[in-house]
Amino acid sequence: MSNPKSSLAVAALKNGTVIDHIPTNALFKVVKLLNLENATNQLTIGNNLEGSKCRKGIIKIADVFFPQDILNRIAIIAPNAVVNIIREYEVVEKLKVTLPDTIIGLVKCDNPKCICNNEPMSTRFHIVDRSAGIIRCHYCNHTVSTINATII
Amino acid sequence: MNPHSLVSIADLTKEQILHILDQARYFEDHPGLKVLDGKVVATLFFEPSTRTRLSFETAANRLGARVIGFSDANTTSSSKGETLKDTIIMVSNYVDVIVMRHYLEGAARYATEVTEIPVINAGDGSNQHPSQTILDLYSILKTQGKLDNLTITMVGDLKYGRTVHSLIMALKYFNPTFNFVACDELKMPVEYKEFCVMNGIKYVEHKDFTQEVINSSDIIYMTRVQKERFTDIVEYERVKDLYSLHNSMLVNSRDNLRILHPLPRVNEISYDVDSNPKAYYFQQAKNGLYARQAIICNALGIDILAPDVQSKYVSHE
Repeated sequence: MSNPKSSLAVAALKNGTVIDHIPTNALFKVVKLLNLENATNQLTIGNNLEGSKCRKGIIKIADVFFPQDILNRIAIIAPNAVVNIIREYEVVEKLKVTLPDTIIGLVKCDNPKCICNNEPMSTRFHIVDRSAGIIRCHYCNHTVSTINATII
Repeated sequence: MNPHSLVSIADLTKEQILHILDQARYFEDHPGLKVLDGKVVATLFFEPSTRTRLSFETAANRLGARVIGFSDANTTSSSKGETLKDTIIMVSNYVDVIVMRHYLEGAARYATEVTEIPVINAGDGSNQHPSQTILDLYSILKTQGKLDNLTITMVGDLKYGRTVHSLIMALKYFNPTFNFVACDELKMPVEYKEFCVMNGIKYVEHKDFTQEVINSSDIIYMTRVQKERFTDIVEYERVKDLYSLHNSMLVNSRDNLRILHPLPRVNEISYDVDSNPKAYYFQQAKNGLYARQAIICNALGIDILAPDVQSKYVSHE
């Protein structure tokens, strides 16, 4: 075994979800997006870890398995994140995240004069350019780069 | 959501636009058709706009409808903190169609989502104002006899002017060539230039409002350069007169050239242009009446050109 568990920066999971390859500046937004601030399960958050290409963030949460539509929220700010499903210390599945065509109630519109910032209502965005990560407000038509998006 | 609502010109197909223009032509030729006898139209103006409101209300009245509404949100319960949603649902109980002007962007789209009554956007902040675009298209069609292959010069505030943005989007079906004449502070936003590129529309940007540009134009669309758009007041003083049109500048212009302006104008068209037959901005405003008659009927699903509608109403003329 070339990489003994004792040398890992954080402890290995028995069962649960590992979200890997999160950009360091997006890590805490992902935590917020998945509502992990209120999680009661064992949770490990690591940032600025040495990855194969660049520094990265990682989230490990024990005994939780998210539905794909919840995981896809991550694609808004971390489109290259990889989700590992762990059972009995083994990775049984690797999932990619996909930006949904419509994003409802997750991203704040940065136009203060948009109706969605002035009424008790859900925000709604459509994808303009998937590869560049550009989304457009359904109401006021302002475009936002997902990297800069404010998560509600 | 009512499928006949009109929020943005971008929601209409080429065929739908042309059909509304045909209906506008019919209303111009046949004034006083009481197609909307017994209907009630609400004009909800959360932001004052005298010109647009009077035009919509006149259109509704001429069609035989009754009009209720307000012209200033301060006199309504929104000043007490009522949400737009509640106001729209409440008014929907009383009327057949809602015409709404709002100071917030996206308000019209949201209004369509909370009611089954058709909603006509009469302007939402700096976002959309589709009835202005329809009347602009109708004015171009009337004066040029066609919409295709025209050279259209837009002058002044191309950054914030929603009328020029919507007109570009509507003209994508008609192979226009655009001249965009503006200073750096007010030049056409990148997204609309990209829209032109994506749709194969030719455009040239100019900083100077030259004789050459004027003489090659079929339509000159003037807009008001607003003082409040400038952070640097010195810059405003420098550019405000660069984009003014004077009668002497029209001497060698094309015979078919017409000058449009969404109004109100300040000093961007001098008064000596008014008597030139190429000045068309007041007729343009009048065309707004016919365009809005067509838009209101369309929102109510009434097609004045349909044989059954014609047999019912035209004989009573």
